[in-house]
Amino acid sequence: MGYPHPIHPKETPVLSKHFGEVAARTYAGWVERGGYAALRKALGMAPDDIINEVKASGLRGRGGAGFPTGMKWSFMPKDDGRPHYLCCNADESEPGTFKDREILRWTPHALIEGCAIAQLAIRAATTYIYIRGEFTEPYHILRRAVDEAYANGVLGANALGSGKRIDIVVHRGAGAYICGEETAMMNSIEGRRGNPRIKPPFPAVAGLFGMPTTINNVETLAAVPAIINGGAAWYSKLSLSSPKSAGTKLISVCGHVQRPGTYEITLGLPMKELIYDLCGGLHPGRTLKAVIPGGASVPIMTPEEVETCPTDYEGIVAHGSMLGSGGMIVMDDTTDLVYVIMRLARFFAHESCSQCTNCREGTAWTTRVLERLLAGEGKASDLDLLLDLAENMTGKTICVLSDSCAAPVVSGIQKFRADFDACLNGSRAVVTVGA
Amino acid sequence: MSAHETVVHDPVFGGVVLAKLEALYPQYPDKRSLLLPALWLVQEARGWISDGSITEVAGQLGLTPAYVRGVVTFYTMYHTHPVGRHFIQVCTTSPCGICGAEDVARALVQHTGCGDLGATSADGRFTVIEVECLGACGFATPVIIDDDFIDSVTPERVPEILARYP
Amino acid sequence: MSTDMVSVTIDGVPIQVAKGTMIIEAAKQAGVVVPHYCYHPSLPSPAVCRMCLVEVEKAPKLMPACVTAVADGQVVQVNSPVAKKAREGVLEFLLINHPLDCPICDQAGECELQDFVFQEGRWGSRYDDYPKRYAPVEDFGPDVLYVPNRCILCTRCVRFMESVAGDSVLEVYERGDRAFIGIDPEHALDHPWSGNVVDLCPVGSLISKDFLHKARAWELDKTASICPGCTQGCNMTIDTRDSAVVRLRPRPNLDVNRHFMCDTGRADYRWMNRGDRLEAPLWRDAAGVHACDWDAALDRLASLVAGADGAVVVLAGGRASCESIGWTLQLAGRRRRAAAMKVPMGIEAPIGLVPNLALRRERAANLEGGRLLGLSTDWVGAIALLPGTALAIVLDVDLDDADVLALEAAAHVVHFAAVLDPRMHGADLVLPIATLAEEQGVFVNRDQRAQRYLPAKSAPGMARPAWWIASQGWARAEANRRAPTTASEAFGMLEPFAGLTYRDLGLTGCTVGAGIAGAAR
Repeated sequence: MGYPHPIHPKETPVLSKHFGEVAARTYAGWVERGGYAALRKALGMAPDDIINEVKASGLRGRGGAGFPTGMKWSFMPKDDGRPHYLCCNADESEPGTFKDREILRWTPHALIEGCAIAQLAIRAATTYIYIRGEFTEPYHILRRAVDEAYANGVLGANALGSGKRIDIVVHRGAGAYICGEETAMMNSIEGRRGNPRIKPPFPAVAGLFGMPTTINNVETLAAVPAIINGGAAWYSKLSLSSPKSAGTKLISVCGHVQRPGTYEITLGLPMKELIYDLCGGLHPGRTLKAVIPGGASVPIMTPEEVETCPTDYEGIVAHGSMLGSGGMIVMDDTTDLVYVIMRLARFFAHESCSQCTNCREGTAWTTRVLERLLAGEGKASDLDLLLDLAENMTGKTICVLSDSCAAPVVSGIQKFRADFDACLNGSRAVVTVGA
Repeated sequence: MSAHETVVHDPVFGGVVLAKLEALYPQYPDKRSLLLPALWLVQEARGWISDGSITEVAGQLGLTPAYVRGVVTFYTMYHTHPVGRHFIQVCTTSPCGICGAEDVARALVQHTGCGDLGATSADGRFTVIEVECLGACGFATPVIIDDDFIDSVTPERVPEILARYP
Repeated sequence: MSTDMVSVTIDGVPIQVAKGTMIIEAAKQAGVVVPHYCYHPSLPSPAVCRMCLVEVEKAPKLMPACVTAVADGQVVQVNSPVAKKAREGVLEFLLINHPLDCPICDQAGECELQDFVFQEGRWGSRYDDYPKRYAPVEDFGPDVLYVPNRCILCTRCVRFMESVAGDSVLEVYERGDRAFIGIDPEHALDHPWSGNVVDLCPVGSLISKDFLHKARAWELDKTASICPGCTQGCNMTIDTRDSAVVRLRPRPNLDVNRHFMCDTGRADYRWMNRGDRLEAPLWRDAAGVHACDWDAALDRLASLVAGADGAVVVLAGGRASCESIGWTLQLAGRRRRAAAMKVPMGIEAPIGLVPNLALRRERAANLEGGRLLGLSTDWVGAIALLPGTALAIVLDVDLDDADVLALEAAAHVVHFAAVLDPRMHGADLVLPIATLAEEQGVFVNRDQRAQRYLPAKSAPGMARPAWWIASQGWARAEANRRAPTTASEAFGMLEPFAGLTYRDLGLTGCTVGAGIAGAAR
């Protein structure tokens, strides 16, 4: 098992400090580790002061889009007399991403505390934590922690004796990647098909149950208590590169590395160090072929791009991809990129909600073309076809699932053309495509 | 229409299950939002969600059966047909796929006697399905059996793991 | 310029539209059609078909015209190369699984997929080598078949049942490219307004059993009409093939029926095709019944009225036009003692969630027109007056046996009828009239809205509009009377509508009665 691993000297354990400590899951254990001090502090702060502190910290959304968290909170109306909601996105299902799972499993109270503080900031009495249905173990751990938080007066009508109401509801998904899209998630909580909604209206105006709503990722919210405790100044200085990329980030690394797992780095750590030092590099005798740095929907990077890339928001963009969710898939020279991309396309085709024509039909068609390439039945025109389909699937739909399917196809063909050519000219061993 | 339509539906929502559902009411501002939780309660109680259960859930929450069915079929974890005593999900998406997940899936099908993915073994013991990303890519190949998460499964480990699920 | 208006330019056409108007509607006003499937002006817009993507200056990507509101100074390109390429892509995607069975599809000729593919689809599909998905035809309800292979998942039907009918029996089942429109297995699509899903379906996926293989769309002549079924006055189109009515469909009128009509109204057209129609006036004397020409019949009518020795009773049906009622009353003149309309009653069937739209209890399309012109609804009272009545004029009404018996007590009976009623053998004069499908006329609906209907086919034999017969009879009864020569004139000469012409009514009508001023709208 790759995790928990001993903390590597190049890691910066803020969120992951107590990963692996079973006792940290309990209320008592969490309080022993300094838990709920930040919430107490926040209860004494004005909502706007909390928002300003988070703004100043430079914390950005850790779910994929990287939007500044404090700014997002500031979009919520003030004193409008309507109920506000916080949704915590624990629907982690972007292939390659498994970092939130670790927070849910090991430090559920950090998340609860983060939710509670965020609720104070955006004036929301209720949080819905939307956890994906497949997360059975994390679900049970989180439920227990929420129950304990209620039992100990952290949550409820009189949170920590403040007279303020803070409720957290754990809402379990049932198998739909798309519910990680924020508006689809709201539909799913409301008991609907998980179809993304048209924006505008934006959630801060009309979100869950038509009320002002903020949606934050698990990792984002779990970082909030540390910021309130340690201060914005401390957090914003945690950066090894651009000041726009501040703080620590959990990076989940999988694929062909010796020690796959979730690592907490200060943003800006060279990607090479992450792969070769923290994760122990590739298996003996293998060389790096490709990296998908931020979950399945970001462009694929070549070893040349990885060579000089810092692991932060801006750096990865400059190197041809995106930090995304921080789910990193490392592939060595035994990997057939056509297979990888076909499996990704199949994933997206399986998860398409069916609303938008381009996505519903495009993801399925793309998958079929890739399957036939792998089966050695491709045509010379197939690559042009794939690129044109990708164009018809990009920027044309309500959400970006369709774009996500197109991105690895385009970057794959552009950067790993040889793998596709091998399928076409018969130099690749024909693989039976699984069911 | 399905064959079980003629079967008289034995209500799920009574006693403890109904109490569990009613306990959730205060957590949401409307009844529709109880749909996913209600379906989970049905599946916990019955192992799957029948036409009769769909109609019953619709009645409980003031929705139409068609609406409920639309939701049930959107989410892959709700079973609209009976499944084996032990439900096995194996991830074969790219990150696991490049670490040999398809071999694990084949081993699971072979050793359970299911014959094919999605099928149930003749003795009703197992159903194996391939799922898209279980969110545990660093633990390739992850397998979920019922509610148990099992990491780093290899084809060699399959017989030993299955033996734990009589 | 009012502050409620904005200026936009669409495909080079500058227009001013109300603030908040969606680009797709603004484009219509500029004379530009934005191709679309899921959008429908009477349904909520999900923006899912992605067909209506247009280029909006300064927007980073194409915008769905159906949910993007206009902004002042906006420049929109509907037919730019980028927008066209996007639509071409959507069309190709939609054709992946859509069968090319247009030759046997009822929708062909009025199919939005066929039209737009023809207009701007790519030549040939690149989705070769794969079979199209197949699923068998399903029976959804009394008059609706679902052909899943043709479905493009625009979800108009689902949204109609949910948001308009308020009866969610349809839903999208499954997801991704496995998705299809499913019906609740325990229910049928039998809501009283469910037939509208057939009209709403942009392709041939939801089709009418009644219309199945009856005609090709391009063989149909279309005539604007008004449903004669109840007092709602839904605007409709009569589709005829040669001289047979083969289908009734709703005609949009946002003030009356939006884009809908009920199944009862929709199904009620077979009487318009009856073959056993009266084709000549019939005159009865001591020797028996004789067919005669109009000259003789009108003279007889005039003399019956002029010679009536005592009171006259007028009995009218609810489908008689304002013109016919008005001129029949004019014919009866001052000796009229009673005039009543027979109003059959039925069950009220609201559409669901659209206010003020229902199949009404009063199954008499021109109830309000009759009232304005002086008809009462005291049918029983009018029937009670028949004994001793000098002349009873019966205008296009379904009589029951008791009515027929009561009519025997009148000294003379004139019957305006489309079909000979054998029970009415005592009538002195039977005058063959044109039906709704064969004449022009006006009904006034329950909200005082006067609405025109137009002739969809010619009347058989010598049958004429009842207003023409009545007015001619009236003119002949006394010297110096001038009968109207056109239906419009016949309408404008009636007191409640004085000064109004058909032109004022247009094809969607206007409010009369309390507010003739409504005509100015």
